[in-house]
Amino acid sequence: MPGSSNFTVLHMPGALNATVAKVHPVVLFNICDSFIRRSEGQERVIGTLLGSFGDNGVEIKNTYAVPHNESQGQVAVDIDFHKTMYELHHRVNPKEVIVGWYSTGDGVGPSDALIQDFYGRDVPNPVHLTVDTNMTDGHMAIKAYVSTPLMLGDKPLATQFHQVAVDLRMAEADRVGVDLLKTQQSESLPADVEGLEQSVTRLQSMLDEVLYYVNEVIEGRVEVNNSLGRYLMDTIAAVPRLTPEAFTTLFNESVQDVLLVMYLANMAKTQLLLADKLNANVVNAMGTSTIQ
Amino acid sequence: MAEPMNFANVAGTKPEDTPLKTVQIDGQVLLKVIKHCKECMPSLVTGQLLGLDIGSTLEVTSSFPFPSRSEEDDAEADGANYQLEMMRCLREVNVDNNTVGWYQSTYLGSYQTVELIETFLNYQENIKRCVCLVYDPYRSSQGGLALKALKLKDTFMEIYRACPNGVSTDDLAKASIGWKDIFHEIPVSIANSSLHSALMDELQSEVTANQADFDRLVLSTNPYLEKNLEFLIECLDDLQLEQQKGAFYYRNLSRQQQQHAQWLQKRRAENFARRAAGEEPLPEDDASNPMHKTLTEPSRLEGLLITNQVNNYCSQINQFSSQSLQKLYLMQGLHGTESV
Repeated sequence: MPGSSNFTVLHMPGALNATVAKVHPVVLFNICDSFIRRSEGQERVIGTLLGSFGDNGVEIKNTYAVPHNESQGQVAVDIDFHKTMYELHHRVNPKEVIVGWYSTGDGVGPSDALIQDFYGRDVPNPVHLTVDTNMTDGHMAIKAYVSTPLMLGDKPLATQFHQVAVDLRMAEADRVGVDLLKTQQSESLPADVEGLEQSVTRLQSMLDEVLYYVNEVIEGRVEVNNSLGRYLMDTIAAVPRLTPEAFTTLFNESVQDVLLVMYLANMAKTQLLLADKLNANVVNAMGTSTIQ
Repeated sequence: MAEPMNFANVAGTKPEDTPLKTVQIDGQVLLKVIKHCKECMPSLVTGQLLGLDIGSTLEVTSSFPFPSRSEEDDAEADGANYQLEMMRCLREVNVDNNTVGWYQSTYLGSYQTVELIETFLNYQENIKRCVCLVYDPYRSSQGGLALKALKLKDTFMEIYRACPNGVSTDDLAKASIGWKDIFHEIPVSIANSSLHSALMDELQSEVTANQADFDRLVLSTNPYLEKNLEFLIECLDDLQLEQQKGAFYYRNLSRQQQQHAQWLQKRRAENFARRAAGEEPLPEDDASNPMHKTLTEPSRLEGLLITNQVNNYCSQINQFSSQSLQKLYLMQGLHGTESV
């Protein structure tokens, strides 16, 4: 370390290697929910983030709120609650560990350094996630920070928060519910038919867009982009080419299989209904004879 | 929030008066349930549902998962402890900690078991109205959302409680209950607070196709149908076993009645002879005779449940097949060939 003996150097470590914070949508929903449920007089909510550390970043999978009190730079966090909840969650999913903490509100404040320090005792490099539920700037900003301490020689002076990229990870099943979750109130769960219709419409609109783009390029209105063109060509080539006979055979076979199974299922169902009716009649007839 | 006003009004009325019409689930609960069930696939998991019971709607506002049962002896006490601790902590962060039911994951709809009924009864003792949410992660991976809300029918509950040894044919006939009358499916609706809707808009504002759409458009039909058929066949086998048991019982019963009639005749003849000789007549009912052991009728409950399962599988196959047919015909249309 250059000149650490004669001069007091403000030791600022270099930028951290590109860490990405992958956030599952459950986490964000939980945060919003705890914000809605906050007690009277509380301006913001803080809580613990659970997840796992990966090679190039941290994956945040779950979260729970922790009651706390804030006043003039003093922060009191309910540590027992935090530990108890962690233990309970750990029992359900032993792979999830504490990876950091979250708070609602925009940006990072002075008291955050203290909380970061507290979480730093459990985790070597805690991630701080902020969700702007107050919606300054007109939209809900989701930011993640990692902190590094600013050292003056050997003494820690302050904590510096670096922003890291947030990657919203949605698992497949989550995506299914995404449309549902957008509306405020839906009458009932969507039937599969509507889902299919929606998927096809979406696919169609995507294809329309691509067609439009290609047309524009041909007419010369848009710049030619070779890599994009090649990518499109590869995509189109991925559609398997079948001769009409081969396709017809394949199609007929599949249809026949499906119809067969459907017929079988319907037959089983009818059998059940029939058996039911017969049983009811038998029981009625028997009832009059056995009850003596 | 409108909740305090509603709750206060309803707290005076008795909740049993209005029948349960819908179950309203918060988007957050849905996500949590999906996440938990998917993470622990293929093992089946359960969790608790918390919320409010208002009028004819049951609102589910929160949930937490149960740890999976291990083979330790203190699993029972552990489970109860976990629940209490969780509820206490949730209360501190202002989450409704009113239990309204539980959720469980299932594999292709094979959830109708006696344990389910037992759990329902256990819950029903403490809570007036509870539901069970059944989520099928395997079916949901095909692009739909396989979520059902179940409730045990009151008539069935009374019967089940009244006969602890098993439900017999007579009981069923008296109450005229068939296999359709055990469970009662309640329509589910989703509700979201405005903040959550804003969040969703933030996360995904475009309306382009996403992976769920592509999953839905997959043409492969065989694996799903195969599995369903496999289960269906197993179920039918079980059903046949049950029916055999029933038939066996009836045969034994009729044989016993015949024997009893013969024995009675002999006794009567003997008594007649005795009276003629002036001796004490022997009793007509000899309870110690091993022939007169009353046969217990095997419980019909299993049969009913299995029938329910079979019906479920058939409906699933039907639904899936119709969807596959649609997709196949779409493909044909796209390909431009006409089938003869």
